[in-house]
Order: sequence, then structure tokens, then C-alpha cells
Amino acid sequence: MAMKDVPDNIFMTSLDAAASWARSNSLWPMPFATACCGIELMATASSRFDLARFGAEVMRFSPRQCDLMIVAGRVVMKMLPVLQRIWLQMPEPKWCISMGACACTGGVFDTYAVVQGVDRFIPVDLYVPGCPPRPEQLMAGIIALQDKIKHGGTLNGTEFGKRTQPTGPTPYDLDELIRIREANEKLISIN
Amino acid sequence: MSAEDALKSKFAGDGLAFSQFRDNHRIEVPAAKLFEILAFLKNEQHFDMLAEVTAVDYLEYEGAKDRFGVVYVIVSTKTAERLVIKTFVNDPEPLLPSVYSLWKSADWLEREVYDMFGIRFSGHPDLRRILTPDEFTAYPLRKDYPLKGRGERHNFPVLTRAES
Repeated sequence: MAMKDVPDNIFMTSLDAAASWARSNSLWPMPFATACCGIELMATASSRFDLARFGAEVMRFSPRQCDLMIVAGRVVMKMLPVLQRIWLQMPEPKWCISMGACACTGGVFDTYAVVQGVDRFIPVDLYVPGCPPRPEQLMAGIIALQDKIKHGGTLNGTEFGKRTQPTGPTPYDLDELIRIREANEKLISIN
Repeated sequence: MSAEDALKSKFAGDGLAFSQFRDNHRIEVPAAKLFEILAFLKNEQHFDMLAEVTAVDYLEYEGAKDRFGVVYVIVSTKTAERLVIKTFVNDPEPLLPSVYSLWKSADWLEREVYDMFGIRFSGHPDLRRILTPDEFTAYPLRKDYPLKGRGERHNFPVLTRAES
């Protein structure tokens, strides 16, 4: 069929692009809000900032109805198994935004109980920095994620299967390495 | 007669140390006499509320003779009086009698002290960890426990995108 035979109101695209376009404009967030970032997340969804303009206003508290997890706030080690379980319960295709300094890196809470970045244990698509980020910043993040979904998203989600490496750093930070080294030196000097 | 005067006369030879800072009345008692003194204050005085149980780790603290200080704050809802009772316990097996039989609020407070400092309370009905996960083995508020832990916060399975 030649192009001149195509009637009005018909356009051609790939199935991948059509599906990704539809998905990117109807994200259903799962608010995993544990701290003050959660308050900004609520502000983003409510009337003044109006996340509905970007089609992502349907916050659902059941992970089975969601496709975008927004980790907003610090995650302690008692909460992390819950976070992983909720992530596993979400149906494909799904994305994850790590919102705020604590969710991205642990923030100021560099203690025994706080996980130093959720990307060490679950796959993260997009990081929103800030302490807490303003609603505009979260919306910019969601727009960037929409862009990411539109460019490179596929109908059957084959792009996810290629991500076999963890997104986060290896789970030893510099301080721990120093402490392990000091402990070993002490052992050597004792022996 | 105030509660402190009553204590002074009843437990005269037991080495109780009284001190005061503004309206803060503090009594240091020996651990062996702790339960008896608290029972006296509950039953024969009118201290019907246990507001707080907490502990202090005196490791490497200047001038400290004992490892742990355990602090009980009791309140009289009748007269709004407040007493701070402090006692000391030591390693390797810090143990105190539970005051759960006197005040029910001791239940979670003693569990928290056990969780954070590893001080056991004999006679507690359900002495489990309350804040940290059940599989946690350290006592994080002890001074010899590093601030960043011993790697507990990294001890989880890593989910990659391909497998989840």
C-alpha cells in the first residue's frame, strides 16, 4: 500500500512505540513513602502541583495495581525485605524511582540500621536528588522517566531482560573497607 | 512524710545515694535491692506509673565504676511527683529483676533496653527484641558497637532487573 492510499486520521508506527507511548502516559505509582519525601510526594499528587497533568495521579496502595514504585524516604534494614517483596509483587512492566537523598544513598543516616541506597538491593530506573526534592523536581523526574519509556520501551519488555547487573554500588563502602583493614592489621599485630 | 524520707528510714543501711537537681529527684540504689525498693514505692507510696526505663553505657566513661546504668523514672499520678531510680549492672551477664509484675508498662520498655543494650530482665514474660529484626545479634547502643554496624545493613539479597 502506497502512502498516498492511506486515508486521513490514520498513522503508522511500531507496536513497541505505541505501547510505550500509552504506558508512559498512564503510570500508576506505588507510593513507598517512609519519611518527609513522602510529604512532598503527596503534595505532588494534590491540586497545587497536580501530577494528573502527566497521567500519573492514580496512587494505588496495592502493588498489584501499580507499575511505578516511588521509594520516598529512608529505608531501614527491617523495611528492606518488605520493599523487595512489594517490588516483586508488582506486575510487569514496572519502573522504580528512588526519590530523595536517603533512598538514593542513605543521606545523612549513615548508621547501622539504614540501607545506604535502595539501588543496592532493588533495580532503580531513575534517581531524584534533593532533601527532600521539591514537587517540581519529582515531576521533572517523572517526565524524564516517561521519556525513557518512550525511547527504548518494548511491547514485551525485552529491554528489562538485558539488565542483569545490579544498579547500585557493590555493598561495601569505603569506611567499611577501612575498618576491615584496621581489624586485620590488629589481628596481624596480635599474632 | 515524703517518699524519699520514707526510703531513707526504711532502707537506712543499704547505701542509697540521694541527689537533686532542681525538681529532679534522683536515687541510686544497689541492684540487689532494686525490686524491693520499687515495690515499696509502688505499693506503700503512691508511684503508680512507670514512665520510662532506659540504660546508659559507661564504657570508657571517666570515673565510672560500672558498665551499665539502668534508669527507671516513676511518676505518681496523685501528686505529680517524679522519681528517678538508677542502678548499675555489669558484664558479662547484665541481669536485673523485671518490674513487669509492678507496672505493666515495663513490658515494652524492658524489651527496648534488652534490644539496645543486652541487659536481661529475669521474670519478664516475653523478652524478645522490639526494634531491630529478630535475626539481629548485636546490641547497637553499646559503646563498643560501631556506628555503622558490622555489615548488617548490607546483608540482603540483591535483585537485578532481569530476575524481578
